[in-house]
Amino acid sequence: MLGYALRRLILAIPLLVGITFVSFLVIHLAPGEPTDMQSDESSTRSDAKVRQLLVETYGLDKPLHVQYWNWVKRLVRLDFGRSFSPDARPVLQKIAERLPITLLLNIVELAIIVMLAIPIGVLSATRQYSTFDKITTVFVFVGFATPDFWLALMLMILFGVQLGWLPISGLRSPTWEYLAFWRQQWDFVGHLVLPILVATFGGLAGFSRYMRQSMLEVVRQDYIQSARAKGLSEGVVIGKHALRNALLPIVTVLGLSLPGLIGGSVIVESIFAIPGMGQLMVQAVFERDYPVIMGNLVIVATLTLVANLIADLTYSLVDPRIRVAARRGRR
Amino acid sequence: MRRDVLRLAGLLLLIALAGCGGEADSPLDTAAGQGAAKPVYGDTYIEALQGNISGLIPNVLTDGPSFEVAGMLYNGLVKYDKDLNLVGELAESWQYSRDCLDLTFKLRRNVQWHDHTPFTAADVVFTYDTMVNPKTPTAYGGDFKAVESVDAVDPYTVHVRYKHPNAKALQSWSIWMLPKHLLESYAREGKLREAPQNRSDPVGTGPYKFKEWKAGEKVVLVANPDYFDGRPYISRIVYRIIPSSATTFLELKAKGVDGAKLTALQFKRQTEYPAFRKAYNKYQYAANVYVYLGMNLRDARFADRRVRQAFAHAINKRELIEGVRLGLAREATGPYKPGTWQYNPNVHQYPYDPGKARALLAEAGWNDKNADGILTRNGVPFKFDLLLAQGSDEGRKVAEIIQASLKDIGVQVEIRVIEWAALLKEYIKKRNFEAVILAWGITPDPDQYDIWHSSKTSPDELNRIGYANPEVDELLEKGRSTCVEADRKKYYDRLQEVLADDQPIVFLYFRDGLPVVSSRIRGIVPSPIGINYNFNEWFVPLNLHRYTAG
Repeated sequence: MLGYALRRLILAIPLLVGITFVSFLVIHLAPGEPTDMQSDESSTRSDAKVRQLLVETYGLDKPLHVQYWNWVKRLVRLDFGRSFSPDARPVLQKIAERLPITLLLNIVELAIIVMLAIPIGVLSATRQYSTFDKITTVFVFVGFATPDFWLALMLMILFGVQLGWLPISGLRSPTWEYLAFWRQQWDFVGHLVLPILVATFGGLAGFSRYMRQSMLEVVRQDYIQSARAKGLSEGVVIGKHALRNALLPIVTVLGLSLPGLIGGSVIVESIFAIPGMGQLMVQAVFERDYPVIMGNLVIVATLTLVANLIADLTYSLVDPRIRVAARRGRR
Repeated sequence: MRRDVLRLAGLLLLIALAGCGGEADSPLDTAAGQGAAKPVYGDTYIEALQGNISGLIPNVLTDGPSFEVAGMLYNGLVKYDKDLNLVGELAESWQYSRDCLDLTFKLRRNVQWHDHTPFTAADVVFTYDTMVNPKTPTAYGGDFKAVESVDAVDPYTVHVRYKHPNAKALQSWSIWMLPKHLLESYAREGKLREAPQNRSDPVGTGPYKFKEWKAGEKVVLVANPDYFDGRPYISRIVYRIIPSSATTFLELKAKGVDGAKLTALQFKRQTEYPAFRKAYNKYQYAANVYVYLGMNLRDARFADRRVRQAFAHAINKRELIEGVRLGLAREATGPYKPGTWQYNPNVHQYPYDPGKARALLAEAGWNDKNADGILTRNGVPFKFDLLLAQGSDEGRKVAEIIQASLKDIGVQVEIRVIEWAALLKEYIKKRNFEAVILAWGITPDPDQYDIWHSSKTSPDELNRIGYANPEVDELLEKGRSTCVEADRKKYYDRLQEVLADDQPIVFLYFRDGLPVVSSRIRGIVPSPIGINYNFNEWFVPLNLHRYTAG
C-alpha cells in the first residue's frame, strides 16, 4: 500500500513538470503582454520607455525557455516570484490573503451539498417515481437551468432591498469595527448566507442526481435482494448494505472537487463583491500577470494530483476488490 | 473584472482631478436639500469603487481607482480648481521668467507629512528626481523631459530651469509629492512599487490619512486633523470595491453605499422613482473621455479624406448618443471637450446626410454599378472589418449602429470583437486593422502631440492611425512650446479646424460622468470639473449622521 502511494507520488513529478511547462508556454503565447496593460494605453500620456523598463525588470526580453528555467529554479525554493501588477507583491502573499475566504465558502458549500444531496438522492431512489422523486427532479432541472448571477440578483433584491434581512454584498458591514465581538461574527455570517445559498443551489442539483443514480443501481443488485431475504429491516438494508456501496462513486466525485475548493467561483465572487481566488485569477489573466497565474496553476495542479491519489487510495480502502486487484497486478 | 465601460476608455488619466472632470454640471436635484446649514464634523462616507486599487503610491500606478484614493492622500504643488484653472496647492505662489525658462515656486510653510515631518523643498526635488530616474517604472516621467534642473533655493523655495519653453511646465507640477525621508532608498533603486508604503501606511500631505486596505474588499481613510487647509468635515471615507455595477446599484437602493457612478441605463430609467430621488442626488458632467471611429490611414481607401468625411456624414451622432447612452453624452466635433478654454465651436460640422455621404464616396470613385446596394471601385466591393474590445456593451452598440449606418450608403462592415490585450498587441500595435472603435482619455491641457504628430507612429506610439499633416505637426509643436495661453489658444483653434476638415478619425461623443451621492451629504457644488474637487467641504448635518466615525 505504502509502496503504491510512493510510486504514484514519484510518477506525479514529471506530470507536474509537464503541466507547468505547457501552461507556461500557452500563457506566454497568448497575445498581449503584461507591460501593455500598465502603460496607460488609452490615455494621451502613454510612455514607451516605461514599457521597455518593465520588460527588462520582468525578464520578458529573454527567450522563453530561459524564462521557464528561471521560474522553475525559483519554484524549487518555493519562491513563486512577485506579481507583475503595480503592487509588486509576492505571489504567495497575494494568494494567501485571498485563499481563506474562498476555502471557507467552498468547504461550507460542499458540506451542505453533501449533507443534503445524500439523503435527497437516497430518498428519491428508494421512492422512485414517487411525488418526492418528481419534485426533486423538477428542482434539479430548475437548479441546472438557473444562471447563478440571476438567482443572486433576485435573492439580493428580495432579502437585501425589499425585506432588508441580509446584507447585499461584501464580507463585513461598514460599521464592523465598532461592533461587539459576537456581533461582528454574526455580521460576517450574515454576509455569507446569500453567496453560499447561490453556490449551493447549482451544486446540490448535480450531486443529488449522482447519488440517486448510484443508489438506483445498487438497489437492483442481488446482494440487496439477499439482505432483504435474510429478513433484515428496510432501514438496515438501505442504510448499511446499499448506501455504503452507493457512496463509492461519490467518493471519486468528491475527490475531484477538492482542487476546485481553492478556485473560487468568478461569478459568485464578482456579484457579491467577495475578494476571493476567482477574482484574483480573472484579474491576473486580464492583466497578463504571469507569476500569479502560474502560481495558482501550480497549486491547483498539485492539488489535483494529490486529490486523485487520495481518491484512489480511499477507493482501495473502501472497496476490497480493488485492493485485491492491485496486489495481483503487482505479482 | 474591472472591464466594462472602462475597458473602452482604458484607464482615465485624471491627475489631480480625483476621478472627476467635466463641464456644465447640472445638478438634477437642486431642491433636495443642498441648502445652507452649518458644517459639522463626523460621519462616514462610503463610495463604491469598481476595481481593486493596485497600490498606494500613485506615481508608479496607472489605474483610475488607485488615483481616486491617492487624490485624498497626496497633494501636488498645483492643482486644477473647479473651473479647470491651475491654482496653488502645496505651492503658495509661483513665478515665470519672461522667457518661460525659469519657474520659481514658493511653498506653503505650514504643511506636514502625515507623520508630522515638515514638507520642504527637499521633498519636491526628491519627487522630481524619482520621476526622472530611469529605473522608476512610472508612466509620467515624460512630463519632466524638458526640465534642465530643479533646485531647492531654501527650504521653502524651489527653482526649476527648463531647456526650452514648455507649455505644460506648470501643469506637470500637479504630480503627487512623495516624502523623501521615507522613500529615498526605495526610489534610488527604482523599487517604489516594492516599498511598504505602496501596500500600507502611505504617507502624504493630503486631507485624509490611510487607515486600512483589505485587498479586493475595501480601503479606509480617516480625516487628517492637521491638514494645512483645515480638517475635512467628513471623518472617514470607506471605498468599497464592488466589481458588478448591478450589485452597486442594489447597494445604493439598500443604502449600503453613499456614492457611486451610475450607468446610463440606471441614471435614466431606474432611478427616477421618488424614494430614490429623495435619498440621492444625481449629477451629470462631460467626462474626459471621447469615443471615436478610427480608420487605418495606411489603407488606400481611408487615406482619401472624402471617404472619411462621407462616414462622418453617414453616422447620425445624435441617434447614436440616444441609442447608446440614452442621450447622456455630448457630440464631439474634435478632440477637446466642449466648454473648456481650448474648445473651438466654429469648425466644420458634419450633419447627418446620407445623400452627401454617397456623393462624396462617388467623388472618390465608389459607385454602385450593379445596383446590389454595395459600392465598388474597379470591381472591388467596399467592405472592411471593424474591431472593438470585448466586454464593452457600449462599444458593441456603437459598432452596430455604425454598421447599419454605413450599410445605408453601400459600405459593408464586419464587426469583430477581440479581447483587449490581444486587440492592442496583435492588431493596434502591429497596425494590422482596417477600422476600430476606441476611446481616448484626455487631459485638461490641450497638448495632444503624441496622438496627432506624424513622428509618433512607431508600434508603441499613439498615432495609431498613421495620421500625417505638416500643418498639424507645426501647430502641435508651436502649441506646446509657449507659456502664453492666448498664443496657445490660437494654435489649438486652428488645429481643431484642420482636424475637423480632415476627419482623421470620426469623432463621436464625449461620455457623461454620472455620479450619485446620498442626499444627507451637503456642501456639494457641481462645477465644470465635476463634484469631487471640494470633498473637504462636504459634511453631514448632525441629525443625519448615520455611522459612528472614529
